Amino acid sequence: MYCLSGHPTLPCNVLKFKSTTIMLDCGLDTTSVLQFLPLPLVHSPRLSKLPGWVSKDSTINIEKELKVCAGRVFVDSQPEFCLPEKELLDLSTIDVILISNYHCMMALPYITEHTGFTGTVYATEPTLQIGRLLMEELVNFMERVPKAQSATCWKNKEIQRLLPSPLKDAVEVSTWKRCYSIQDVNSALSKVQLVGYSQKVELFGAVQVTPLSSGYSLGSSNWIIQSHYEKVSYVSGSSLLTTHPQPMDQSALKNSDVLILTGLTQMPTANPDGMLGDFCSNLAMTIRAGGNVLVPCYSSGVIYDLLECLYQFIENANLGSTPFYFISPVANSSLEFSQIFAEWLCHNKQSKVYLPEPPFPHAELIQTNKLKHYPSIHGDFSSEFRQPCVVFTGHPSLRFGDVVHFMELWGKSSLNTIIFTEPDFSYLDALAPYQPLAMKCVYCPIDTRLNFHQVSKLLKEVQPLHVVCPEQYTQPPPAQSHRSDLMLELQPPPMPYCRCSVLGLPFRRRWERIQLLPELAKSLVPSEIKPGISVATVSAVLQSKDNKHTLQPVPKPPPLPPSKKRKRVVEEPPELLAPKPLLSGAVPLEAFLAMLHKHGITEVKVEETAEGHILHLQAEDTLIQLEEDGTHIVCDDNEPLRTTLRDLVLRFLMKL
Amino acid sequence: MPEIKVTPLGAGQDVGRSCILVSIGGKNVMLDCGMHMGFNDDRRFPDFSYITQQGRLTEFLDCVIISHFHLDHCGALPYMSEMVGYDGPIYMTHPTKAICPILLEDFRKITVDKKGETNFFTSQMIKDCMKKVVPLNLHQTVQVDDELEIKAYYAGHVLGAAMVQIKVGSESVVYTGDYNMTPDRHLGAAWIDKCRPDILISESTYATTIRDSKRCRERDFLKKVHETVERGGKVLIPVFALGRAQELCILLETFWERMNMKAPIYFSTGLTEKANHYYKLFITWTNQKIRKTFVQRNMFEFKHIKAFDRSYADNPGPMVVFATPGMLHAGQSLQIFKKWAGNEKNMIIMPGYCVQGTIGHKILNGQKKLEMENRQTLEVKLQVEYMSFSAHADAKGIMQLIRMAEPRNMLLVHGEAKKMEFLKDKIEQEFSINCFMPANGETTTVITNPSVPVDISLNLLKREMALGGPLPDPKKPRTMHGTLIMKDNSLRLVSPEQALKELGLNEHQLRFTCRVQLQDSHSDSDTLIRIYTHLKSLLKGYTIQHLPDGTVMVESIVIKVSSSAEEPNTKVLLLSWSYQDEDLGSFLSTLLKKGLPSGLSSI
Repeated sequence: MYCLSGHPTLPCNVLKFKSTTIMLDCGLDTTSVLQFLPLPLVHSPRLSKLPGWVSKDSTINIEKELKVCAGRVFVDSQPEFCLPEKELLDLSTIDVILISNYHCMMALPYITEHTGFTGTVYATEPTLQIGRLLMEELVNFMERVPKAQSATCWKNKEIQRLLPSPLKDAVEVSTWKRCYSIQDVNSALSKVQLVGYSQKVELFGAVQVTPLSSGYSLGSSNWIIQSHYEKVSYVSGSSLLTTHPQPMDQSALKNSDVLILTGLTQMPTANPDGMLGDFCSNLAMTIRAGGNVLVPCYSSGVIYDLLECLYQFIENANLGSTPFYFISPVANSSLEFSQIFAEWLCHNKQSKVYLPEPPFPHAELIQTNKLKHYPSIHGDFSSEFRQPCVVFTGHPSLRFGDVVHFMELWGKSSLNTIIFTEPDFSYLDALAPYQPLAMKCVYCPIDTRLNFHQVSKLLKEVQPLHVVCPEQYTQPPPAQSHRSDLMLELQPPPMPYCRCSVLGLPFRRRWERIQLLPELAKSLVPSEIKPGISVATVSAVLQSKDNKHTLQPVPKPPPLPPSKKRKRVVEEPPELLAPKPLLSGAVPLEAFLAMLHKHGITEVKVEETAEGHILHLQAEDTLIQLEEDGTHIVCDDNEPLRTTLRDLVLRFLMKL
Repeated sequence: MPEIKVTPLGAGQDVGRSCILVSIGGKNVMLDCGMHMGFNDDRRFPDFSYITQQGRLTEFLDCVIISHFHLDHCGALPYMSEMVGYDGPIYMTHPTKAICPILLEDFRKITVDKKGETNFFTSQMIKDCMKKVVPLNLHQTVQVDDELEIKAYYAGHVLGAAMVQIKVGSESVVYTGDYNMTPDRHLGAAWIDKCRPDILISESTYATTIRDSKRCRERDFLKKVHETVERGGKVLIPVFALGRAQELCILLETFWERMNMKAPIYFSTGLTEKANHYYKLFITWTNQKIRKTFVQRNMFEFKHIKAFDRSYADNPGPMVVFATPGMLHAGQSLQIFKKWAGNEKNMIIMPGYCVQGTIGHKILNGQKKLEMENRQTLEVKLQVEYMSFSAHADAKGIMQLIRMAEPRNMLLVHGEAKKMEFLKDKIEQEFSINCFMPANGETTTVITNPSVPVDISLNLLKREMALGGPLPDPKKPRTMHGTLIMKDNSLRLVSPEQALKELGLNEHQLRFTCRVQLQDSHSDSDTLIRIYTHLKSLLKGYTIQHLPDGTVMVESIVIKVSSSAEEPNTKVLLLSWSYQDEDLGSFLSTLLKKGLPSGLSSI
């Protein structure tokens, strides 16, 4: 297993299994964007007036690239992402990519485009459709505010070493890349083949892969990668909580040789239900006080649950007249798409469709004009916008997207509140370029993924022989080093990996599936060796095609043409084909003597030796050494006699 | 001998009350459970007494699978499960699960409330029956039990229609339900992978038809509607609430839009609104184009098509009305037909197949006088048009599906005997496979020849593959040897050595040493060399070694030469071999007894 990403929730691993090369997820680490200045939608005098960074001794002169805000240095350039490692193995050799959920596929264009990749990507339909929306949104965010400048000097190792923290400590900056283009997105997604839960997909006849519901988001899946004898489970971003997606399928993970565990909760100490409660109460408090609420979020996922929660909450809290806005280039699509994937939803929502009613209540919020969605702050929104209001918009990093505008607009008033719900970014880092800030900040990260308690229970249930996980899970979080409950403790201990690790998975492959053709199976003669155990010797022709093996009967040699040289035929050496079976057992003396007697061999002198007996057949001048594990017949070239003796001995032995 | 048995209880050489029993690998599966539109008596439902004379069906059936929501495929379901008695799982896709109970309730209302029949299933029975339904997703492999698995494929025919593969071990059957191989205005085309089933059970409604292009039919349809409306006539289009109706609505909607037409289009019954809603929620089951554009424009939100009220039928002026049911056997379509039949300006367009016995079937056959209830006769003056819009595969489509799935045997159902006969010949000719067309109650048995899966030790396999080279040579097949160990239910193939080890058995060495006398006037060592040269020239492809310790080895057979001082020319050859080399050892001893040819050089 080759580990191309060190981010535990945005994994990218490559598994070489039975001559196939399988990439598991394609996560894009976007935390790198926190090092950059926000991209404002409208000109921001504040941001443009930030002073450049000058080193103490003024030796480095990259003022244009680096700006200082509230004591922290930011790169003034189009934000860049930290890509999966590309040097560890040749990406063009990857046969398939398995995607587990739409958050874990954002690096796809970097892997499938311009790398010589010719394989297939497997994903469920919701994963593909929503993943496409998120990619389109990302591209849109970047392209609508083109930045001429692309900072590169600061990445120079010699310079980066001298920069202040946290820039100094940023890792793998040489792999950081700007966002892909929409062409790359379309091309990458055209390589996706859709799969359904529990669908068995054959790869080259050697390996079978199956997606299973993981309960985390619409269409999210864990994967089983198996042959007839080995089973690898890939668990990524799973949830046991009851939210909108279909519940997690746990039983199919049982009996794995290896379980690769990624995507646990990033907020092991935050209870999602409690966070949801905090979210609602803070929202209500701010609105009542006449302030606005800003919720930086992704355009799909938890937002559906937030809206559903608000749907029930606003009536009780008397917020019926407060406008809710969802602003994203893909807001409409995201809301529409969420309603058409009934098959992928939890039972409750599924049964709504039978009525027929839309599965999510946000349809009603839209119908009653309580929730409005806009592609951006420009256009209709600017004229219809009323305050106080609640705005859901991206990007949760606060570095690009419409959220940047609202930060500039509302940041100065302490009446307003920003509520962080996405767990991917540290909220302090996210807010850093907006300091000093008057607006209230509430941190309610909602991460429904498995916590350590749930995962240890799950592992006890499914009992994998070995667990492989990111190294982060094998020790307590650095900020809570005393919390030994916030790590995985297993027997045998999990195998940790980090970026660029190459792990040998503990497999001993011993068996392979082969098909005996019916004609061959019929011709076999089994004999019982022990009670309940029979054996049969098999001589057959092996056919291997597309990694599938079959045994066929040995073709009968073509009948010899009737020829005059018949005599010569006898002299043809036997085909180098059929060695006789192995023998087992022993030849009992008394019974053997009796047998010899029956066949007219009466003059037998028996001599006892250390290992057994020597039989001297005097008339035939033949010696037979009978021992526990061997029989040796020494005779003249009397072929009829020899074959008789041979057959007599064989009667006492088993053939294997 | 493993075999698969197929018995249609309905739809055998007939269209209507589809119900096919399949026995495969010891499992019994019922495919569809439909009613017959042409009958009002017992023949309406399949004859379940075939399965058992008395008692419930649960213990005789492992599962029931419904291919789509049309009543001729699911209409007998509540009767079967609640009145005859079946508590096992019933599988159907999500859209089918959603729509099926609505149509069943509709059917029940017409039968009980309007016709006053008793002893029919109740609303509660429909609900109880639907509780036994397990939803099926496309391509999902559902494990019914440890051995029986089923998988659904897209069939196109109506929203949620599926073909199903039923598999036990390496034996499999595919049942198509009704399917369509060409995408239409709202659905995609059926698709299946090369799954090579032992039997492909296909519908054959249009066994002999090869339909012209869909575009032509659509143009024709629009032209006829347009002409009738222009001359002030009324157009009645009997449809089923879901399916063809939506396709034709999309067609008319776009035509009205383009031509700026004013005549009203109505859709009967309250179902419409609901039906269209199902299409919106199950948009992933529609065709590519609709799915792609649904966010911008949902094709199932119609501007020109309005709900119909019974009183509108007497309104003057042109109009187009879609009314249910599709075969004019009951309900609103029949009522409107009665009102409009007498006017030659009007037109009725039958967009789908009509089962024998229905009024639809009668007027399509040109009957001009219809006997109605109460001995009244109805004169048919309006124009009757038939346009094949029903989404069944035509002969070409059926052949195309066979090419896709590559079945070993073919079995036709859901068609008329005569047409089946024709298609059967064609299939047997073109694909050289058996094609069956059993009548109802008649069992077709197909012998399958499954290969036996065995676990082979990787060592043995790898050794064999290394010896055999990457590509097998068909002319010189290599034989591999192994020992098959049968223990409990496992079959494992290992090398004989490993088998001994695993079974805790000792190996018994059987050796032969054979003295062969030979007259040869050379020294012992020269004789040995002469033997070596002799064998070398004779045994091509064998490993023959002359070892420094004074022996010759052929493979693992040892040959030594000795002679007594008294008779130096009489050599005694000692050949020693183990039982495993018996053939070669026996051959060599016989060969050497004949002596060495004189011409052999001793060097």
